[in-house]
Amino acid sequence: MSTTPLSIPYVVPVRRRATGESALVKWTLIAGALGFLALFLFVPLAAVFYEAFKKGVDAYFAAFAEPDAFASIRLTLLVAAIAVPANLVFGVAAAWAIAKFEFRGKNLLITLIDLPFSVSPVISGLIYVLIFGAQGWLGPWLAEHDVKIIFALPGIVLATVFVTFPFVARELIPLMQAQGTEEEEAAVVLGASGWQIFWRVTLPNIKWGLLYGVILCNARAMGEFGAVSVVSGHIRGETNTMPLHVEILYNEYQFAAAFAVASLLAVLALVTLALKTFIERRTREDAAPVNEGAMHEHRST
Amino acid sequence: MSVEAARGLSLRTRHSVLPGFNLALGFTLLYLSLVVLIPLSAAFFKTATLSWDAFVAAVTAPRVIASFRLSFGAALVAAAVNAFFGLMIAWVLVRYSFPGKKLIDALVDLPFALPTAVAGIALTAIYSAKGWLGQLLEPNGIKVAFTPLGVVVALVFVGLPFVVRTVQPVLEDFERELEEAASSLGATRLQTFHRVILPTILPALVTGFALAFARAVGEYGSVIFIAGNMPMISEIAPLLIMTKLEQYDYAGATAIAVVMLVASFLLLLAINLLQWWAQRRSGGKS
Repeated sequence: MSTTPLSIPYVVPVRRRATGESALVKWTLIAGALGFLALFLFVPLAAVFYEAFKKGVDAYFAAFAEPDAFASIRLTLLVAAIAVPANLVFGVAAAWAIAKFEFRGKNLLITLIDLPFSVSPVISGLIYVLIFGAQGWLGPWLAEHDVKIIFALPGIVLATVFVTFPFVARELIPLMQAQGTEEEEAAVVLGASGWQIFWRVTLPNIKWGLLYGVILCNARAMGEFGAVSVVSGHIRGETNTMPLHVEILYNEYQFAAAFAVASLLAVLALVTLALKTFIERRTREDAAPVNEGAMHEHRST
Repeated sequence: MSVEAARGLSLRTRHSVLPGFNLALGFTLLYLSLVVLIPLSAAFFKTATLSWDAFVAAVTAPRVIASFRLSFGAALVAAAVNAFFGLMIAWVLVRYSFPGKKLIDALVDLPFALPTAVAGIALTAIYSAKGWLGQLLEPNGIKVAFTPLGVVVALVFVGLPFVVRTVQPVLEDFERELEEAASSLGATRLQTFHRVILPTILPALVTGFALAFARAVGEYGSVIFIAGNMPMISEIAPLLIMTKLEQYDYAGATAIAVVMLVASFLLLLAINLLQWWAQRRSGGKS
């Protein structure tokens, strides 16, 4: 910049940066990527809200005045309120054992924890029908003792726990592995008890990763359709979660109401993404390179 | 670095002083067995009550074969589409800056967060004859909703984030010096991409493809609304399991489920091997 162009005897042709593309290629790629995202993400998302409000604001809110809609919202919240804490406790226990100790078969255990992610949702429901259903292993015994699991709340909770099983654990394991055991060992030396170590040392270190896992777990728990559909029995006002209620309304051609309930789930998804992005930025800014590594680990698995 | 190495070494050689190992591992194994392993094994035990011939007959019935072909075929096409566009999206997000980039980056994960039933009815609404896109496509002879093409569209949606999120971190870590070196040695931009960049990101790309494929094979919620669900034509395997269950054909439903489970486990194994390959490629750093 300091030398004037005039001092150069002949004009050097301006070379493109060695590692860049021409503007034409660049904008073609951006247009292609955004066009694809628009077609498959943004247009469907917009359609949910458009269809929900198509018949007016009154029709939109009328969908929630239905007792069945209300019951489905309550059931969805209840199921998530049981399934998410259960998997949270499991995730912390599994991550504590796997990240803080050495034992044989650890990699196998990690693979088994991820197993539910590779099982079709319908099969996730089916396996509980095979155990607790009328023709299942425990079916006759349960019928004798008047315990209902399939087509009732316990079955819905079980199927939801299964499909959301790995979320918290797979988030915490790489994070706690990266953090090592030094701080906890120091606490032991200073005389802290096991619970003190967990609450005062470990938990503050993993709180963002924990929250991240819980948010993703919750979104899936509230939105699960296939697995819950198998075990629910679709009893109106009783065993219909919000996604199942959407299906029933849709199949009855009550499109505005179906999309109104769906829009509530879409808002939940957007809030989930916003919180997720916030936590990702937060952990990156916390400057702990350890945390960033763990987040990348999540992304790549 | 040497401190890190020393700590890693000491971890392995010294007995841990931390408490709670037995409790944590015991609870983990108990919960894992009760929620996942025992129920999953129920599917295999149930199938074992069928004779081999009955099992083969159940999973090779023409309607079942057609559903497998659709589930696996459409998943393969959708994963290929996602591999191509996922790479493009990851590239654009890592290499270029444009307005709204951060928002778009965050929205890529929408298919992970949006309930599948919501995605299903939304896609059906826009691709049906009166929908925003359907009314543009159908006069030109392209029917999407209620055809196998609709199945592919739904599976593209659910698999979209996988390739982007596996390729993106590898591209971010990619050393630009390598590209400069290739360029100064006379390679064109396309040659550099093909010979230098693509081999580096290939393991991540294939892993993302496999993850998207695995997810798509078992997908149910987003597909059933748009598929039309005609037996032999647009009926996916998970829906056939559902149909058989509703007809109280538990053995038939479970036989299909076992074939799909075995396929999923083989895919999981392949994905684990791919990730191991990817980690070795990127110089052993996890």
